[in-house]
Amino acid sequence: MTTWIFSEEHDGQADAAALEALTRARDWGDTVAFHVGPGSDEAFAALGAHGAAKVYHLDVGDALPGPVAAAALADLAGAEAPDLILFGAGRTGRDVAGRLSARLGRGVICNALDVDPTGSEVLVTNEILGGTTRVVTAVTGGAPVLVALRPKAFSAEPAGDASPEVVPVAVPDTGHAGSATVEERHVIPSEGPDLEAADVVVAGGRGLGDAERFGIIGELAGLLGGAVGATRAVVDAGWVPYALQVGQTGKTVKPSVYLACGISGAMQHLVGMKDSSTIIAVNKDPDAPIFGVADLGVVGDVHTVIPALIEALRARG
Amino acid sequence: MKIAVCVKQIPDPAAPYELDPDTHFVVRPEDQVLDDTDRYGVEIGLRLAEDAGDSTVTLVSMSPAGNLQGIRQALAMGADRAVVVDDTTLRGADALLTATVLAAALKREEPDLVIAGTESTDGSSGVVPQQLAELLAMPSLTFARAVTLDGDAVRIQRQTQAGYDDVAAALPALLTVTSGVVEPRYPTFKGIMDAKRKPIDTVSCSDLGIEPTVGQEIRSVEPVPARQSGEIVEDDGEGHLRILALLEQVKVI
Repeated sequence: MTTWIFSEEHDGQADAAALEALTRARDWGDTVAFHVGPGSDEAFAALGAHGAAKVYHLDVGDALPGPVAAAALADLAGAEAPDLILFGAGRTGRDVAGRLSARLGRGVICNALDVDPTGSEVLVTNEILGGTTRVVTAVTGGAPVLVALRPKAFSAEPAGDASPEVVPVAVPDTGHAGSATVEERHVIPSEGPDLEAADVVVAGGRGLGDAERFGIIGELAGLLGGAVGATRAVVDAGWVPYALQVGQTGKTVKPSVYLACGISGAMQHLVGMKDSSTIIAVNKDPDAPIFGVADLGVVGDVHTVIPALIEALRARG
Repeated sequence: MKIAVCVKQIPDPAAPYELDPDTHFVVRPEDQVLDDTDRYGVEIGLRLAEDAGDSTVTLVSMSPAGNLQGIRQALAMGADRAVVVDDTTLRGADALLTATVLAAALKREEPDLVIAGTESTDGSSGVVPQQLAELLAMPSLTFARAVTLDGDAVRIQRQTQAGYDDVAAALPALLTVTSGVVEPRYPTFKGIMDAKRKPIDTVSCSDLGIEPTVGQEIRSVEPVPARQSGEIVEDDGEGHLRILALLEQVKVI
């Protein structure tokens, strides 16, 4: 049983999704990482520490990685026949998973919560319909089975040898399909505690109105020593950077307190926060789905309730 | 320029979804709506066509046709025509089969630019556009928060973990757009009336030369124990005090 794990580098680090997947997969047998990025020693060491005996390393330079990485993976997988290839839910992970799936003519199951390849068939567990229904799917048609995991489906824990064998992979020629290039990278700085590690998360949705009025979320988070989170709609609207997105295609958080302000509770958002210990929601629509998961729901205007809460917290000193 | 926009009709997200207990497929009502995330793709397609001049915008969709209400919504915004692949053998299609069908339909259109959302609201696998681009041998410029056409090249701002990247490629190309890319227009009365007369070609798998296969089978479907819902109070001017009390109770303040 051999599992390959797709990994991409952010700021010299291996991504968390790869380390989570390695932690799970090393119990099943051999694990190999396929790492895309400049290739820092730190990233290789982290992959090794989480169970990768071997790391294939592809540096795509300024190419958008999807088609190039998928072509290189398809060639390698053709030669070495892994049983399973796991991806994270990040943007590049999805680009590569989709491309590889089409290239190999093999389906890919996305947003998976668990994988069990130890029986006679590979079983993949998903939650659908806003996390209300659990579905187990068998993948038929042979190896490799492609699965894209939901963030935090497993927790990453290091174990053992930290110096994997690193094998450089040549950049394949993908012609026009692989010709998209990154001309310039822009960093939008974010402040405050790390969203995934924070004990308190104050999150805002479209209900805040606009980017300026979203500012009260940061103010409240600051008073509570918490992190700022946001829905996909808010990130897409450009009010806050993608790094703050909570939900299926963003981050999964499990803080002690999650305070949802002006968030209706689309199923894609709920799956990223519903396992928080205490959920408090403020929304003017009494029928908003967010109230279905809230321990305390306040039906009211966020622009009345949150400033009053901020004032009360300030008064406590 | 020929622009194709991938769109999907979905059951109204505000209504509860149901699974057929025998097939485990989502029960699709006759009345379906345009997936809200597709309105952004349609809008950017229309704007790029208007800017380029002498262009057409064609909608391509795989869905049980029903009364085509969702497709008409997108036509009412201003798209010229639609191609809908409707075939009962496509029930239970996975992402790859969907992409295979859309690719076959798109090849007949020979588009310069293909536009899609990043993921559908109901299925949300988020890989169909990338599969489609691979099958069409096109570059895929994904997660765009801004799009410009520059002669034979398309340039986007691509959302990233750290911020965004400027990404460019030559046409033909596929791009996926987030809902921050542009504010979609509302159909005018004239647009709604015109949409009723715009051509919609309905094609089947055999028209496209596709024999549907899906490499997965559902083994079990079970309800997840629901989180116990708490207390819901109307804000009477003291809602914030209830929040304060709970924050104290769980000892975060």
